[in-house]
Amino acid sequence: MRATFPHMGNLYISIKAMLQYLGVDVVIPPPSSKKTLALGVKYSPEFACLPLKLNLGNFIEARELGADTIIMAGGCGPCRFGYYAQIEHAILKDLGYEMELIVLEPPERHASELMVKIRHISGSRSWWQVYQAVRFGFQKARTVDDLEMNVFYTRPRELTQGNADAAYQEALKLIDLASNPAELKESRSKAAMIMKRVAMDEKKPVLKVGVIGEIYTLLDPFSNQDIERRLGSLGVEVNRSIYLSEWINDHIFLGLAKGLRSKKEACSAAHPYLRHFVGGHGQETVGSAVNYARAGYDGLIQVFPFTCMPEIVAESILPVMSKDYSIPVLTLIMDEHTGEAGLMTRLEAFVDLLDRRKTVKEAL
Amino acid sequence: MPIKVGIPRTLLYYYYFPMWKVFFEALGAEVVLSPPSTKRLLAEGLKNAVDEVCLPIKLTFGHVLDLAAKADLIFLPRIVSIEKKEYICPKFLGLPDMIRNLKGLPPLIDVNVNMYRNKSGAYIAAQEAGRFITSNHFKIWNAYRQARKVQKKYFRLLQLGLMPSEAMAVMEDRVRNEHLPEPQDINVVLIGHPYNIYDSYISMNIIKRLRSMGATVLTAEHVPEKIYKKCAACLPKKLFWTLGQHMIGAALYYLNRHDVSGMVHVAAFGCGPDSMTGDLIERYARAAGMPFLNLTIDEHTGEAGIVTRLEAFLDMVMWKKAIII
Ligand code: SF4
Ligand code: SF4
Repeated sequence: MRATFPHMGNLYISIKAMLQYLGVDVVIPPPSSKKTLALGVKYSPEFACLPLKLNLGNFIEARELGADTIIMAGGCGPCRFGYYAQIEHAILKDLGYEMELIVLEPPERHASELMVKIRHISGSRSWWQVYQAVRFGFQKARTVDDLEMNVFYTRPRELTQGNADAAYQEALKLIDLASNPAELKESRSKAAMIMKRVAMDEKKPVLKVGVIGEIYTLLDPFSNQDIERRLGSLGVEVNRSIYLSEWINDHIFLGLAKGLRSKKEACSAAHPYLRHFVGGHGQETVGSAVNYARAGYDGLIQVFPFTCMPEIVAESILPVMSKDYSIPVLTLIMDEHTGEAGLMTRLEAFVDLLDRRKTVKEAL
Repeated sequence: MPIKVGIPRTLLYYYYFPMWKVFFEALGAEVVLSPPSTKRLLAEGLKNAVDEVCLPIKLTFGHVLDLAAKADLIFLPRIVSIEKKEYICPKFLGLPDMIRNLKGLPPLIDVNVNMYRNKSGAYIAAQEAGRFITSNHFKIWNAYRQARKVQKKYFRLLQLGLMPSEAMAVMEDRVRNEHLPEPQDINVVLIGHPYNIYDSYISMNIIKRLRSMGATVLTAEHVPEKIYKKCAACLPKKLFWTLGQHMIGAALYYLNRHDVSGMVHVAAFGCGPDSMTGDLIERYARAAGMPFLNLTIDEHTGEAGIVTRLEAFLDMVMWKKAIII
């Protein structure tokens, strides 16, 4: 078995860590690129959401590298993700690509349900090894998230443009290379050192923007045209409503790991505006918006793929919340036609607006 | 003066209006229905909804606004689930919250209808909705019972081959006898969300057009529950959208019927579920060698284009049938 799985930002670091720890032969798809997208768009239903198209492109490219088995997460609705694997598999089959499909459905009652499936993939490993592997993957996710938060802080304050990103990439590679928990511990402190070396102007006033929306376009820089980096270069410190480790904790471990932000917080904050879950992260989007506004953020950016249902519900509701808290919201919808130039202009205009508002507020 | 309850003529109106009407009337309320969809209603919807929402939801905004001046309450339930472990669509889940903030609306009867765990969700919803009108529990229970009876009859009429408007006419005694549609030269299956294919404004009168072109129109609602569920069960994974499952199950059933000559799928532009179920249906239809036409509609779709495509499709279907015979 040569297993592959779809990309979503830095997700591959955790999954790879977990699978390799179990001795599974892993084929990482080439990083998502224009070619990946073109492949996905060509063979997907026209109105499928962007993540499905990119997943499909990833699988086709991974197959060219010799992958024969797809590992994919499942879901039970109401949004489309829960049926992604089946549609993608049907498309691949019609293309004549026979690949085996393993779907990891989310556990309903207890995280152990998932352990059973992962053990199955690994063949004959012991429960202890499976547990260690999952833990190792999760530790990597947390380490990567910390690093991302670090670079969100560093980027707008760096003295020489590009330093923060160079350091971030270097640190990321170190974390990716760690092949066991002991090494990871070492890489983590090295990564922190690398980030510390970036010269910063700590006193520089920066704008704070909360990025909210659909998980894939939040976590995957290719699909969101790298908005976090772009915002950083415009002098904005960003925070994101979803981090990978939080997501894993909420949906896979069902909240077992303590000390992380949980979706419950976000959902209860959404209540006056959106009183019911709507699938995906629609309710979290509205709730996080409220939380960011309360925390004094200067603005919000909602990103989601074209036709994404839960986020369209959130988009319909955000204007009311935005007025109540007097916080500007920019909506960015991503699809295969999203152009770089247009996006940059919109980001610049939005940052300008936030800047002016802040100046006026401080003058008062 | 009885309380006026407004019901928008959109979305699940096509499934449940007979039941809702009897329920509210039995409670002593007067039911006000919004008029059939028009350009004006859609224009109102377009003005008030964000661009990205699908056509039927935009239209619902228009219908609700139309009722604002005519009703004391508007019935806009949050339909979470109407079948065990299934949903309708995220937009149904958020509907009351999306609409609540429109200006000038009377209070919404925005009860949750949730049968995800079990069927008793229906009665709970009825109780909550009933309390907007009366506090008499017995009256609510009685109204609910009457409503269920009517609903059974309505679904039976649909399964006889009537379209919702025809079945409702029978229910309201507007026609004497239920005259079943005359058999025509060819049978064409029309698959789509009920609120798209049965809303003659959205669908540009597709049912009437197909009929006048000499086709008998068969829809998913004509297929009994047992049968479409059995057919849908052969999917690689159970579909968690009730309407999507209904559409796919019925499509699979019709694909196996030898007297069916073609299949037309109607999807709303940007509809999430349609993008997936439509794709699957098309794959199955192609594998079965069934002529298939996909129509995607939005507020800019021109009627002329649709008519031309329908005509061309039917010509092809008839021609193919002639060769085979
Ligand atoms: S959340 Fe949005 S983008 Fe993700 S699967 Fe659901 S509809 Fe598609
Ligand atoms: S199922 Fe499709 S058409 Fe219906 S509300 Fe959802 S997105 Fe709109």
